[in-house]
Amino acid sequence: MTTRAGLEVRLRQAAPFALDVAFEAPADSITALFGPSGSGKTTVLRAIAGLQPMDAARVSCGDVTWTDTAASVRTPPHLRPVGFVFQDYALFPHLTVREQLALSLGHRPADERPARIDELLARVQLLELGDRRPAALSGGQQQRAALARALARDPALLLLDEPFAAVDWALRESLRHELVTLQRALSLTVVLVTHDFEDVAKLASHLVVLERGTVTASGTVEALTARNAVPGVTGWREPAVALDARIHAQLADRQLTVIAAGGLRLEVPTVDAPVGAPVRIQLSAREVILASRRPEGLSLHNVIEAKVVAIEPASHEALRLVHLQAGATRLLSLVTADAARSLGLAPGTPVLALVKAVAVEAFA
Amino acid sequence: MDWTALGLSLQLGLVTVALLLPLAFLLARWLAFGRFRGRGFVEAVVALPLILPPTVVGFYLLVAFGRGSPLGTAFESLFGHPLVFSFEGLVLASLLVNLPFAVQPMQNALAAIPPSVRDAARCCGLSPLEAVRRIELPLALPGIATAAVLTFAHTLGEFGVVLMVGGSIPGETRTVAIAIYDRVQAFDEQAAGAMALVLLLLAVAALGITNTLARRATRRD
Repeated sequence: MTTRAGLEVRLRQAAPFALDVAFEAPADSITALFGPSGSGKTTVLRAIAGLQPMDAARVSCGDVTWTDTAASVRTPPHLRPVGFVFQDYALFPHLTVREQLALSLGHRPADERPARIDELLARVQLLELGDRRPAALSGGQQQRAALARALARDPALLLLDEPFAAVDWALRESLRHELVTLQRALSLTVVLVTHDFEDVAKLASHLVVLERGTVTASGTVEALTARNAVPGVTGWREPAVALDARIHAQLADRQLTVIAAGGLRLEVPTVDAPVGAPVRIQLSAREVILASRRPEGLSLHNVIEAKVVAIEPASHEALRLVHLQAGATRLLSLVTADAARSLGLAPGTPVLALVKAVAVEAFA
Repeated sequence: MDWTALGLSLQLGLVTVALLLPLAFLLARWLAFGRFRGRGFVEAVVALPLILPPTVVGFYLLVAFGRGSPLGTAFESLFGHPLVFSFEGLVLASLLVNLPFAVQPMQNALAAIPPSVRDAARCCGLSPLEAVRRIELPLALPGIATAAVLTFAHTLGEFGVVLMVGGSIPGETRTVAIAIYDRVQAFDEQAAGAMALVLLLLAVAALGITNTLARRATRRD
């Protein structure tokens, strides 16, 4: 991990709708701008790229200031090293994929471009389709072409506007994997606009929640989900903690993978990733059972020693959401009010959190 | 067959297309992408020649180009001959009369480019000028071709305005449309028929060319 400076954004406008946001997106990571449609997410993204003028704005990336209305700094969009993947992909209909990439490589010497185009096409698995125009590509292929075109800029910052909204569910999952792989391989700083919390839970390490033009929450995805405190999500989405973890060991003979999240060790069904690789896990509160004694004779892999931090009402009056602290990691457990009473749960109570291996959703 | 008139018409058509397309492209782009008040008014002014009787347009141009007008006076002091009843006067009239035929197809073609595609051009590192050259112009090509063909064909056929502003001076302002009228007046139906046929064939060819270009430009796979 480097400690490069990330993206710093401050934007303010009064019309056509009021917008007043300030946030930071750390370098080498994916930050999600999450919120309902009409919250101003796309406007923020366009302002970062320099496509949208603001009443007052300061945008800097790394050590370079792109916009500073107070100092009359306004770098035009084509001079910002920004890769932008538009929601509708915005591919140029009259150019082949190769030609679109060549167009975006204007900053590189002409003799480097053909090799670079091959490299980019290979990265997004479009090597055989480079001579096609967008109309002859499927939705997923168009999305990859748009991503390759954005990467061709050698961007200091990659902006993605609802990149998976237009593809079906199965393809969405594989495109998410490809994006995460690319982000890690190229150490990209990414800002991702989405209204789908799945994108946040699976891809993002940082989260900025936008509602009606203002930031209503921001922080790491891990901290916000562990507190069950994501505005616009809490209440309808099942409480679940998203944890940044690593592959700790592969137990090939038992077809299990050990994942390390903070001090936790979780055994899960084999995850196809090398030891040490980062992995995002999600643990739904509904899947975490609480016990006062270590159980025996169960098909259970994970028994975690934890302490109750807080108990709060849940979506249903007969249920309680129990906040747990296990080492440095926070977990959530959804239990009946009856179970909470009979276990004598209160802040400070030591408990065992039981987690089935198959209940851990790993995204590597 | 009045070959001089035909040559003059073709010359007028080509000069009009060559001068009008760049100007009309700028105007079309402004109308398609610009955000300003009074756009409807500007569009209405551009469309005016479509609905005004040619003699009315011709009358006002005659007044505006005349020796008493600032424009007419300035032209005569610069070039030594009056603007009215000259080829230059015809060209100027032709430019104004053809404005809607050139602007509207290009404006429609430009407006059909998704805003995100124009944004993407900038985010791919193209300066505003390069974005016009490499993205907007190619994408608007069918509209530009239509504008060229319509302008050319319409110039060849314009009668009322040419008669008002240019009169019928052989080799200077007598276009083929005027010559046909002239021949009919002289009961020379054979010559009138030959020239009418030439105009008809040119019109058919023009439409054929536009259709082919439009089809080729929209076939993208």
